[in-house]
Amino acid sequence: MIHLWLPLALVCLLAGAGAYGVIARRNAVLVLIGVELILNSANLLFVTMGSVRGETLRTGHVLALFLITIAAAEIGVALAVVLALFRSRGNIDLSEPGA
Amino acid sequence: MTSLDILFGAVGLITAASAVLAVTTHQLVHAALWLVVTLGTLAGCYLVLGAELVALVQLLVYVGAVVVLVLFALMLTHAPIGRSPEHSSSGGQRIASAVLGAGTTALLASVLLPALGGEVRSTRAGDTQGIAVQLFGSWVWPFELLSLLLLVALIAALAVSRMPATSTEGEPK
Repeated sequence: MIHLWLPLALVCLLAGAGAYGVIARRNAVLVLIGVELILNSANLLFVTMGSVRGETLRTGHVLALFLITIAAAEIGVALAVVLALFRSRGNIDLSEPGA
Repeated sequence: MTSLDILFGAVGLITAASAVLAVTTHQLVHAALWLVVTLGTLAGCYLVLGAELVALVQLLVYVGAVVVLVLFALMLTHAPIGRSPEHSSSGGQRIASAVLGAGTTALLASVLLPALGGEVRSTRAGDTQGIAVQLFGSWVWPFELLSLLLLVALIAALAVSRMPATSTEGEPK
């Protein structure tokens, strides 16, 4: 038995920390870390609901697995874009105007 | 308080603290390392919630692969080791983003906690077989589609990184 407010509070905190990271950071890789935190908060919500709700399709856990895969694909493409940006601009400072 | 509550509270506290540190630390490499702690303890949270398979996949894919990619990207973009104040944003922007982050937390909490927060529920532990049956039964086509997505992402990452630099200085690397 578990009180549901504990995982839900962690979901809210992770999403807030990720949003802070996306907005406050200037380095593009650190912005991606914030995006990862937001994705993980969504994932924790999936797992929590999948664990406490008794349904036959196991939607929460399966969608959590799918989300991890999609996040891996996303970070691969995003880091390739960041590297291309670094090659053409020489920095990845998002507060600088584009060339 | 049940034993699962205490376990989740302990692991979740580390997760929350390291997540906040990952987005606030001034050292670039430390941010990636705090991300390792966050994702690893999040796998512990999944274990407490009874999702062993998701926890193991989280450890393999996130802690094993994604963080290594992030560290590689930091190295390839010549991230400085040690404190790098030139990479931190101005005080005003940080305060504004702190307000926005706290607002996100408050908004989500105001929706989720009154709706579901009061419930005490049992978790379904040790359900890996049920997940496997559903994953390769009902969900098999989305699952196959995901492998296609991974292939597309692989080729796209390769294509983007092999793209010739189109800057005006024209210094191909």
